[in-house]
Amino acid sequence: MLAYTIRRLLMLIPVLIGMSLITFSIIHLIPGNPAQTILGEQATPQAIAQLEEQLGLNEPYLVQYFDYVGGLLQGDLGQSLRTNADISSEILPFLAATIELTIFAMVFAVIVGVNAGIISAWKQNSLFDYTAMLIALIGVSMPIFWLGLMQQWIFAQELGWLPAFGRSNPRDPVETVTNLYLIDTLLSGRPDQFWNSFRHLVLPGLALGTIPMAIIARMTRSSMLEVLRSDYIRTVESKGIHKMSVVYRHGFKNAVIPVLTVVGLQTGTLLGGAILTETIFSWPGIGRYVFDAIGNRDYPAIQSGILVIATMFVFINLIVDLLYSYIDPRIKY
Amino acid sequence: MKKALFLSIAAGTVLTFTACGDNGGTDNTETDNNAAETNNNEAGNEGGEEASQPAEDQTLIFARGGDSVSLDYASVTDGESSRVTQQIYESLLSFDEDSFEIGPGLAEDWEVEDDGLRYVFQLREGVTFHDGTEFNAEAVKLNFERWADPDHEYHFADEGYAYSVYGTQFGGFEGDEGHVIEEINVLGDHEVEFVLNETLGSFLQNMGMSYFAMTSPAAFEEYGSAINENPVGTGPFQFVSWSRDDSIVLEKYEDYWQEDLPKLDQVIFQVIPDNSARLTALRSGEIDIMDGLNPDDIDALEGEEGIQMFERATNNIGYLGFNADKEPFDDPEVRRALNHAIDKENLITLLYADMAEPAKNLIPPDYLGYNDDIEPYEYDPELAEQMLDDAGHAGLEIDLWTMPVARPYMPDPERAAEVMQANFADIGVTANIVSMEWATYLEQTEAGEHDLFMLGWSGVNGDPDYFFGNLLHSDAIPGGNRNFYRNDEVDSLLDQAKTSIDEDERAELYEEAQEIIHEDAPMIPLVHSIPVLAGSENVQNYVPHPQTSEPLTEVEISE
Repeated sequence: MLAYTIRRLLMLIPVLIGMSLITFSIIHLIPGNPAQTILGEQATPQAIAQLEEQLGLNEPYLVQYFDYVGGLLQGDLGQSLRTNADISSEILPFLAATIELTIFAMVFAVIVGVNAGIISAWKQNSLFDYTAMLIALIGVSMPIFWLGLMQQWIFAQELGWLPAFGRSNPRDPVETVTNLYLIDTLLSGRPDQFWNSFRHLVLPGLALGTIPMAIIARMTRSSMLEVLRSDYIRTVESKGIHKMSVVYRHGFKNAVIPVLTVVGLQTGTLLGGAILTETIFSWPGIGRYVFDAIGNRDYPAIQSGILVIATMFVFINLIVDLLYSYIDPRIKY
Repeated sequence: MKKALFLSIAAGTVLTFTACGDNGGTDNTETDNNAAETNNNEAGNEGGEEASQPAEDQTLIFARGGDSVSLDYASVTDGESSRVTQQIYESLLSFDEDSFEIGPGLAEDWEVEDDGLRYVFQLREGVTFHDGTEFNAEAVKLNFERWADPDHEYHFADEGYAYSVYGTQFGGFEGDEGHVIEEINVLGDHEVEFVLNETLGSFLQNMGMSYFAMTSPAAFEEYGSAINENPVGTGPFQFVSWSRDDSIVLEKYEDYWQEDLPKLDQVIFQVIPDNSARLTALRSGEIDIMDGLNPDDIDALEGEEGIQMFERATNNIGYLGFNADKEPFDDPEVRRALNHAIDKENLITLLYADMAEPAKNLIPPDYLGYNDDIEPYEYDPELAEQMLDDAGHAGLEIDLWTMPVARPYMPDPERAAEVMQANFADIGVTANIVSMEWATYLEQTEAGEHDLFMLGWSGVNGDPDYFFGNLLHSDAIPGGNRNFYRNDEVDSLLDQAKTSIDEDERAELYEEAQEIIHEDAPMIPLVHSIPVLAGSENVQNYVPHPQTSEPLTEVEISE
């Protein structure tokens, strides 16, 4: 296990180098002059020339790249052109917001998706099975912005049950430590704020979790069906063990690997691809950070944002791989 | 008039337009009796005609589409930054609540001497910055010098700060040839003089701009270049916190120099990127005012209970420009012919939900020197076709360059292009819609790669020179003059108007210039759009300023 872990970690190095190369070059393939975009259409040519000079945008790409990687190795993501702030500290609240939302969405998706999948497999071809799979099908194909707007309209505007935007009540700002509001509110001893932050998570969390939930449900179901048909399950059943226990303890354990793969991939996707949900629900997450940076042609911020997202993706895959061999010791590469 | 209008809102008016401009005087209010009844019951107000009681919670949440870039106001040009800094900072002069008429600000009084080469400002006494520092002449001198001198320790050039607006408004920076401010002298604790080396017609207007507001000298020392996240001014509200892409919280400055103001205890600028989501938040009562209403939503909101609407006076132009360096657009007759081809009224109905005025000049109608005697090129496809034929260009084929992004002056460029394409087709002109990425679009049009292009411009200080000088003066090639319009007579009129300090003279010069420009037709002026905001009916005394934002000093929330 240890040898495997070390080997798996070493494999990260070329991946990370490749990533930095790709994120770096993508930016330079986009057309347009960054100085012009930053200063806007009403800028004077002198101001543009001055800014280009200042930012070293006239340097050769190679020099720009090595400067960039050199900075990365020292934990320096550079300075945002737009805000002049250090990106490494600026990006943290955005990252935390996305992580909090993703965890909430994934917890919801996993709990509902896995159970719906298991029960569908257990009661195959029942009404529950059909309904669950129909909902899953709709869920997979649901345009998330439409779902989000409908949720807002129903739960915020018409019923008034849940807030329509943001992470907390703007009138009563949360004291931030970790920027994970559910934790911060508890740290500052404010259960009322905790409850409020939780309520803010519900709508975007459900919107974001819908697609993964549907995918997980379908994957769990097919994986479970395979396992439930196998011989050892029949053996366990013949011993007279309660069906519930057969399905969950003996069945699911062996069906979990493909589900884990899907959960890992989906988590990675949500971490980087929540831009629609973040926009509709005014969630200040990493997706919007990158999106805004792109709009402002904020080179260092775009590079860092994508790099952070990609790194998280890589590490989630790492965790999933390590979990494989933990759950099923036969898996060794 | 405006006050009375707002009182009537409190009494249950459902819909209010605080229009300036042409129909500013007409009463566009509509009273819904049911709404009035509910409102009065809630307020426990027997009289019915009186304004409601102020609410206990004087927190106003202003929702907008994007976050501020920086709270170091002079280093950025985005409207979302100045929307916030206007609450924290004040300039020497101030604009009237709904026009660019200047009045006293941090300076109580001022004199123009030596034929406009010397300005002396008497500063208000007893004004303090939010950190307790006294506001005085030294502070004024320091603030201006830090913008003017790229080597100044508080110019923060090494940190990537650039004060481009200063350069634009005062003819460059220290050492530049066109820089007009020669020196700034402290005459007394509360008296400061600006000595210019050349007169500048817009000097006083510039002093009212939010870009030239005063920061506490002690704050520069304390925060250095982090001043952009730690603003310290003299304004009605002081900075509390900023969570990026989410909200900026300000609170009442208790020692504000104006007695009993501001009325609000707290102002929160909340980012809600999606227009529909923002409207939902307004309808569910989570926010108080929203900017960026979809034109399509205006109709739906009219008459809705609990909601009022605000119109901002127009301060921009959306236009279709010709490239006069290219055939056949070098022929004024062709340009005039195409001017007759566009049905502006139709465009306004389709794209602006009627929230725009057809344009005949470059500058908005409220501006100094707006020439109202100009006869617009009427929409007349037959005449247009005839003229084009006479000029020998019947059946012309052109590229119509279309902006890839929406702007207040052009909410849906793609659809606008299609509408105009159809207009051109009516006179036998084939227009091919060309679109590209925004930065490339700006670069290529600046380089003159285009035939016809769509663009616009927004005013900042209410001065006509900001429009003419940047868009039609030959000095602005390459640059803002993407029309490649060169007319020596116009150049000289604009130069005279820019340096003159006599308002009447300036107005005359601009009027004359507009006649020539109209005749030369370097562009098709399309519209002056009217931005619309929506708010809860409990918001009192909110008057949108033609600049993209306004101080919320007088705003109050009623029960």
